[in-house]
Amino acid sequence: MNPTRRSLFVKISTALVYFFLYAPIIVLITFSFNASKTNVLFGGFISRFGPLQMDGSMVVQSPCGPFHWFCELGKNKDVMNAAGNTMTIALTTTMISVIVGTMAALALQRYNFKLKPFTQMSLYIPIVIPEIVMGIGVLVLFSQIFTFINTALALNGDTQLSMGMGTVILSHIAFCIPFVTLVVQARLQGMDKSYEEAAMDLGANELITFWRVTLPMLMPGVLSGALLAFTLSLDDFVITFFATGPGATTLPIYVYGLLRRIITPQVNALSTVWVLVVFCAVMLTQWLESREA
Amino acid sequence: MFQRIRENKPLQGFLLSSLSNLFMVVLLIIPLILTLVISFGRRAPNGTVIYTFSLDNYIRLAGFDPTCEVPGLFGCFNDLYINILFRSIGLAIATTTFVILMAYPLSYFIARAPIKRRNTFLFLVLVPMWTNFVIRVYAWMMLLRTQGVINGFLGWLLGLFGLNFVPLEMLYTPGAVLVGMVYEYLPFMILPIYTSLEKIDNSLYEAAADLGANTLRTFFRVTLPLSMPGVVAGTILVFIPVMGAFVVSDILGGKQFVLVGNLIQRQFLDARDPTFGSAASLVLMVMTLVVTYFYTRKFGFGEEIVVA
Repeated sequence: MNPTRRSLFVKISTALVYFFLYAPIIVLITFSFNASKTNVLFGGFISRFGPLQMDGSMVVQSPCGPFHWFCELGKNKDVMNAAGNTMTIALTTTMISVIVGTMAALALQRYNFKLKPFTQMSLYIPIVIPEIVMGIGVLVLFSQIFTFINTALALNGDTQLSMGMGTVILSHIAFCIPFVTLVVQARLQGMDKSYEEAAMDLGANELITFWRVTLPMLMPGVLSGALLAFTLSLDDFVITFFATGPGATTLPIYVYGLLRRIITPQVNALSTVWVLVVFCAVMLTQWLESREA
Repeated sequence: MFQRIRENKPLQGFLLSSLSNLFMVVLLIIPLILTLVISFGRRAPNGTVIYTFSLDNYIRLAGFDPTCEVPGLFGCFNDLYINILFRSIGLAIATTTFVILMAYPLSYFIARAPIKRRNTFLFLVLVPMWTNFVIRVYAWMMLLRTQGVINGFLGWLLGLFGLNFVPLEMLYTPGAVLVGMVYEYLPFMILPIYTSLEKIDNSLYEAAADLGANTLRTFFRVTLPLSMPGVVAGTILVFIPVMGAFVVSDILGGKQFVLVGNLIQRQFLDARDPTFGSAASLVLMVMTLVVTYFYTRKFGFGEEIVVA
């Protein structure tokens, strides 16, 4: 039997599922070049460069040509602000959760200690409960703490404590740690311990062994963990939605708000940029991983 | 001091895990306990919480009215919340079923592809997931709208034959929510099923063929049983998030289509009754934990979940 033989049924259904996966994305990207301002129907591409010319709701000519909506996006202060917030949150979350998650993975894989069952359990919970439960949890926690402090210290107006970037970042870290630990632990499980034993035999102490042998061998796992944490944070809507406050609007929250009002091709342009950014992030980690291996 | 840490392995383990423990206690365990405490409380007229011990919220969730004056146990019975709960469970089961049916052939195709091409095919599954969760829902909004892409295409197609076309009302229907859910969670099923299919040794297929089994028989007696760990892991990865989802139903289902997630969200933001919302949130958590527990006890819990 030919191992790569696949029946016609499998081939056709595969093609249909790929079509299902890609059709919305292709529509999304195509509409980011839409000449029609209302974005209901595709009014063709904007092909001419030059000063902005409108014909009804159609863009006839734009200084940016087909990239009209990308230029508009760049001028949109709310979007730029939200993009900045999203990146700040994602990068901070990635850095902290990778360190904490890797440490926990080492502890769980290499050591026996009293609280081990608790550590294991607590890292398992966020994976098996719906995200909204954790979101409600942090909302309740922060709102109760802040209300308590605000009344206790009689704070009001601008000095009042409220949810914002800080609460979002903390919640994202807590949400990402379990996933980083899972990925790093999987890598640790498959690692040959004899290299570390050899280093110790040759006179390296624990710290040097860790730094020169364990960590470099662990690096692919740590990088995949980082990529996972980064994409989880970048993509997250639910936890952010409940943990956010004034001044901490992220891109998903901004888009969600827009969906209830008028939609312009700017949102599509944003999606196109988004795909490109994540594509670059993935390529970068792939490249780093192939260099490490 | 340093020497003591070096020689004390349990202490090293404790220190390494302490940061993670700190985060999990403060941002997971304490919030869950607080949610439980608040769910026993009452809503003050200004929307804040009065801490007491009352089961009113749970009684209301079950469909009974604590202030009921009609005699008899079912005097004021209202199945509103029970219906919402069953709608969520039904949607989660339907989504999982469709996702398995769509993910399986694709995963099989990739697992049987030449080794060199497998990563490319997998990569192609992941690319659509690089747009944001909310943006993917928006894409379906563009497709399903009355004046959307699908209706536009159908109208154009029928127009070629000179037929008149009445646009279909697809957005704000339960079907739209189902399509959106399937789209969001499909990759979560493809990866684990692929992982378990890829592990099946080719000699097993050869043996089955040598012993005279036809394609269908080989599938049901060899392929399917051996790929069950992947299906189980994928089911958990799809079922749990759908149970708690509220964004997809909010955008594609309209105001009428309420899931448990929407109920909870509205209690915290619109209705401003955090105590009732907390109770609903805990019921949701316990329900998913119970389902996951029995499901994994029956089918086992594969390592596939890690790979995804």
